Amino acid sequence: MKITKETVEYVAHLARLQLGPEEIDAYTGQIDKILEYMESLNSLDTDGVEPTSHPVPVACVMREDAVKPSFTADESVGNAPARIDTFFKVPPIIEQEE
Amino acid sequence: MGDLINLTIKELREMLKKKEISSVELTRYYLKRMSLIDNEIKAYVRPTEEIALEMAKEADEKITRGEEAPLLGIPLGIKDILCTKGIETTCASNILKGFIPPYDATVMKKLKEAGYVHLGKLNMDEFAMGSSTENSAFQTTRNPWDTARIPGGSSGGSAAAVASGLCVASLGTDTGGSIRQPAGLCGVIGMKPTYGRVSRYGLIAFASSLDQIGPFSRTVSDCATMLNVIAGYDPMDSTSIPEPVPDYHSFLGKDLKGVRIGIPAEYAIEGIEDDVRKNYEESLKVLEEQGAALVDISLPHTPHAVATYYIICTAEASSNLARYDGVKYGLREEGKDIIDMYKNTRNKGFGPEVKRRIILGTYVLSSGYYDAYYRKAGKVRTLIRRDFDAAFASCDLIVTPVSPTTAFKTGERIEDPLTMYLSDIFTIPANLAGLPAVSIPGGFDSRGLPTGLHIIGKALDEGPILRAAHVFESVMKFRTVPERLTN
Repeated sequence: MKITKETVEYVAHLARLQLGPEEIDAYTGQIDKILEYMESLNSLDTDGVEPTSHPVPVACVMREDAVKPSFTADESVGNAPARIDTFFKVPPIIEQEE
Repeated sequence: MGDLINLTIKELREMLKKKEISSVELTRYYLKRMSLIDNEIKAYVRPTEEIALEMAKEADEKITRGEEAPLLGIPLGIKDILCTKGIETTCASNILKGFIPPYDATVMKKLKEAGYVHLGKLNMDEFAMGSSTENSAFQTTRNPWDTARIPGGSSGGSAAAVASGLCVASLGTDTGGSIRQPAGLCGVIGMKPTYGRVSRYGLIAFASSLDQIGPFSRTVSDCATMLNVIAGYDPMDSTSIPEPVPDYHSFLGKDLKGVRIGIPAEYAIEGIEDDVRKNYEESLKVLEEQGAALVDISLPHTPHAVATYYIICTAEASSNLARYDGVKYGLREEGKDIIDMYKNTRNKGFGPEVKRRIILGTYVLSSGYYDAYYRKAGKVRTLIRRDFDAAFASCDLIVTPVSPTTAFKTGERIEDPLTMYLSDIFTIPANLAGLPAVSIPGGFDSRGLPTGLHIIGKALDEGPILRAAHVFESVMKFRTVPERLTN
């Protein structure tokens, strides 16, 4: 086995996914098979090869520092599932100390 | 009116200019076809009749005023992954249900400037992850040639709509074959342009170093028309290529004298269906008869392309999809604290394939595994790019099949992700290397299902690709809409 149920559960937590026991079972089997397939890359000698992260050369692009119209605050939060005025509303992030 | 689906955009534009038909009439014609046929095909997730008729009316007014634009009055369908200002855009995912973009993707802006008419948003695999359009949260699109079969994916709605005559042309996106594979399985034309040729601004990201927007059409001429409109540099996309765009029509109507076509030895894989191989071999003969010289080439790292691709695309996806957190847009499921809210939202909002890829991607990027998977895949990607560089020293174009098989049955591979992934073997390498490639109709198998012919070119060689595609189309004249859907 390349991957265990515990690892799948832990990685899911890192990715902020809550999986049920059946999902964990199914994913562990499938991902194990996929990872095994991916390990075929180890048969290739890639010493000294630079990795490609972009297919075309990417240079730092500069633009004119010109003032342009942008979204209004109202448009920016327009799709929020919960908001107060022009703010995103989220559950408490820092617990209040008693 | 049944003949309208056989006309090119250029021909329709002439009719519109001469007032032989109005855009409203043409739009009503397509809306009627949608109401009659799309119950069966399920290509559109969001038909927008009112918007279509409004845009058609505007187009007619412009035509009356003598205005000219390449798509003025032409009804198109759009993959639900492109942001359309004021029109719900969901990526066929529950997590983006109700999302109304406050802006247009650059390609949508360009289509508007070119005068197009918006028929609706087209179905896809959720977040473009899949090869069958079965991963849509809303509906399963059917292959117009056999509705028990899948249309391919992820742009299955875009391909099926064009192949059923439910729009003149459409836009899709291609990350590992998501334009070319469904185009091949539905028997229409689908082009993935060079990475950077078309702006990705407003394209909802799946794998940013691979994603590219491109057109679906029933003719090579329409593919050129669409590409003329959408290609070009965009300051809003830092990976966009600052090169002038040629008139792609100028490449059509030429023969193939002097064109060297490379045949990669590594594409003769096991698992390729006999009819697919037969049609491919016959297609090569046709290209040779039209003046092309066939050259044997080698792309030795091809067998490693699928593994490389699924490491890179899942890694990029896990990062891109971190933005769906129940705060800024779309679905929110409450929880006892913020982490719980994230988890509940993402658990309910994402479908099984998206979750699988997020987990895989998070795993290959996680500490301790990054070098073994992600960095290794980046290195093999370099080797695959070098394969193409070396091959293009002795040929101008590379021709392969699009998929090893014709369309499979709905449900057949959904439980077996690895087999599903392996069906992308011929299309993935072009994405890894950023190269342009087209799928064009290449014949039918013994069951009457289409097979596609795949033409890959050097970076920015969309023109030479279309030249060869046009020659092949002119000789073969394959039907692009099933006969039963033409009346």
